[in-house]
Parts: sequence; C-alpha cells; structure tokens
Amino acid sequence: MSATELPPALAEIRDDFLAITKQERLQLLLEFSRDLPALPERLADHPELLERVEECQSPVFIITEVDEAGHVHLHATAPQEAPTTRGFASILAQGLDGLTIDAFFAVPDDFPFELGLTEAVSPLRLRGMVGMIGRAKRQVRAAIAAP
Amino acid sequence: MSVARDDSPAFAGYAHPERLVSTEWLAEHLGDEGLVVVESDEDVLLYETGHIPGAVKVDWHTELNDPVTRDYVDGAGFAALVGGKGISRDSTVVIYGDKTNWWAAYALWVFTLFGHEDVRLLDGGRAKWEAEGREYTTEPTVREAVDYPVVERDDSAVRAFKEDVLAHFGNPLIDVRSPEEYSGERTTAPAYPEESALRAGHIPTAQSVPWGKAVAENGTFKPVGELDAIYRDGAGLAEGDDVIAYCRIGERSSHTWFVLTHLLGFEGVRNYDGSWTEWGSAVRVPIVTGTEPGEAPVK
Repeated sequence: MSATELPPALAEIRDDFLAITKQERLQLLLEFSRDLPALPERLADHPELLERVEECQSPVFIITEVDEAGHVHLHATAPQEAPTTRGFASILAQGLDGLTIDAFFAVPDDFPFELGLTEAVSPLRLRGMVGMIGRAKRQVRAAIAAP
Repeated sequence: MSVARDDSPAFAGYAHPERLVSTEWLAEHLGDEGLVVVESDEDVLLYETGHIPGAVKVDWHTELNDPVTRDYVDGAGFAALVGGKGISRDSTVVIYGDKTNWWAAYALWVFTLFGHEDVRLLDGGRAKWEAEGREYTTEPTVREAVDYPVVERDDSAVRAFKEDVLAHFGNPLIDVRSPEEYSGERTTAPAYPEESALRAGHIPTAQSVPWGKAVAENGTFKPVGELDAIYRDGAGLAEGDDVIAYCRIGERSSHTWFVLTHLLGFEGVRNYDGSWTEWGSAVRVPIVTGTEPGEAPVK
C-alpha cells in the first residue's frame, strides 16, 4: 500500500477503515456520523458563520478556524437524515483537529479515496468529502490572510 | 403469489391504484408471504440508521448502475442483485425511500426495465412512515437468496436515449427540474452540487413541470383531479400522447414517469435517464434558455 504521509489521527482513521471488510466500513462510517461533534455554543448560535459545502448533495455547513496557538479546528453540522455526509464531516472534524497550519495544508485533497470506501459508497459521493477539504483549506487561507 | 392490493379509497381515482400502498397497509402486511420491502435512498447509509423491519436495501449508485459503462446492470447482474436479496420473479416488491421517493421511483423504474411485474411504491415514502412514528429497526435483514431468472433489460418501452429525444421533437417533453435549471440560471437543483453539464437551459419545446408539483405537503401523491389539472390542463398532455420526461440524471423524472404512467394512465411515457448531464454536455444538440419552451429545431 502506497500510503500517503498523513497526520497521526487521520492516518489512524484510515488504517481502521482499511483493516475491515467493505460492509464493516459502512458501519464504521455510520459510527462516525453519530459521533460528529456538536458545534460549540458560540457557533451554534450563529449559523451564518458557517459555509455551505456545495459539492455535497446534502446540506452540510462547515467552518474551519485557526486558534491563537496556530492550530486548526474544523466544525461542521449536517442533518440526521444525511448520515453519509455527517460521517464524512465527522472524519474530518476528528482527523484534522488541532493540526498545525502546515500539517493541515499537507493533507492531500483526495485523501478520502484512501479510506477504502470507493466501492461501498461510490466515487461520486466521495467527491463531496473532497469538496469539504477544499473548502476547509480555503477557509484557513482566508483566516490567515485576514486575521 | 401476489400480495393483495391496497384498496384504500385515496387511490381509487388513479389509473393503476395497485401500484401504490399506504403506510397503514404496509404496517399491516409486513411479513406477508410473497412481499419484499425495498428501501432505496439517495444517502447510502440512511438504511443503516434504521429501516422498516424486514426491508432490504438497494442502492442506486453502487448496485443498479453498471460500475464501468454509464448504464444499468444487465440481465445477469440484475438477477444476481435481486435474487441475492431474496426477491423472486413473482414477489410483490414495495419500494420506499428518502427525498419523497425519488430514488424509490427510480428503482421501481429500473425494476420495470426488467419486466418485474408486481412492483409498488409506498405513498409518502420514508418521511411519512417516520412522521407517523412507525417502527424502524437497525436489525440487519436476513433473507435467503433465491433464483431470479436472467431476463434481458427491455429499454424500448419506458426508456429514452438522446437519439430518441432528437427524433421526438413535435411530441411532448416534460422537464421536471427546478425553474432555475430550466431557464438556464444553473445546471443543478438549488442546493445541489454543480456538476457534469457544460451548458445550461432546457431541451427545446419541453414544458416545465417540476416533479414536486405532483406531491402534496405530507409527501403523498396529489389526488387525480389535481394531477389532471397540472399535466393535462397545465402542460397540455392529451390521451394517446407519447411523452418523454427528463431531469438531471433521471431520478426526479422517474418520479414523474410514475405519475404519468401509473397514476394518470398515459401509455407511451419514457424516462430519458441521460437527462441534462448528457444533453447539457452533448455536442451540437439544440438548447433553449429562458422561461419559454422555445421552438422545435427544423429537421
């Protein structure tokens, strides 16, 4: 396996997916969808701060922030009836949390295709997750440019 | 071994009321010999979050589509797929799903391509079942695989290809997408990703009748009188018409195909599943922008 160099948390998620069967991967994605971290209160009260990811079929909104120590945090919200999208957002929220800006930008945009979900979920759907990463990077670029 | 039909008076006016079942009917008939319930959703994981007890899942993207060619599975592929889910040729299949049954109607249409005789929709779909607080389970459904005969797909009766649409000018076309997609302001449904069409607009002469017009607020189909007003009086369809419906990839137009064929009784309705993702990227096909249907191209 020609695995890309990924940050440890994200690499662990990928390895967990690759260690199980195709059907089990859907179950694991479902678990991620249940574990999508809730928005912090300051964001929950201000949904207009979040940006819609147009690449996803279901309404998913994300905001990616850089804290004072220079660490990246991605927050996302998606409806219960869109578990696939919630699962994708949850993987990113958990796998990218706390990365330095450099480490964050080093994550390849097409990393979702390394999760072994292509057959179980379909490439079209995975593109939604690629879109989330692209949008998150744009948000961080904007955050750095205009602190 | 067909299961009794739903004689609900709500369906009485439809041309083929036997194609619908109500949530009440389904709740009473779950477990009936010969009945297989199928869930078909846009979201590939929704079934896993909870489904109607005993239902099996059919995914449009990973199962009904051929993984390589842009086409549906062939006769052998369909036989393996549905036989593997415990569906026999004589099973009564009731399909339901998310998004007001878009993908359920799409799956029903694909079953029709293979001539599966008794296939019905759950009126109101997943949302109505859920709103009524009916039972869901996360228990995986175990159904013994059965032999389903290999029946070749018949694309002639209910499926239209691009060439068929080009030869169809002069006959009614129904564009079931949103008004913004029809006029050419955008190539995908509002709140959907922009994808895979290089041009925006509609096929010349197509009437705009967004799919959702056929649906009441609770997600069930409107009564036949209201449907007549929309499709006959509004869009000008008349008895004996050959109609082609299209959308973006053929799922919303499957829904309208169901309405025209099974609820209103039109016999020559085809679904153009290539739809806008094909037409909007094809070279030198005519396109009209704006809110008017436009003229048929001179042949």
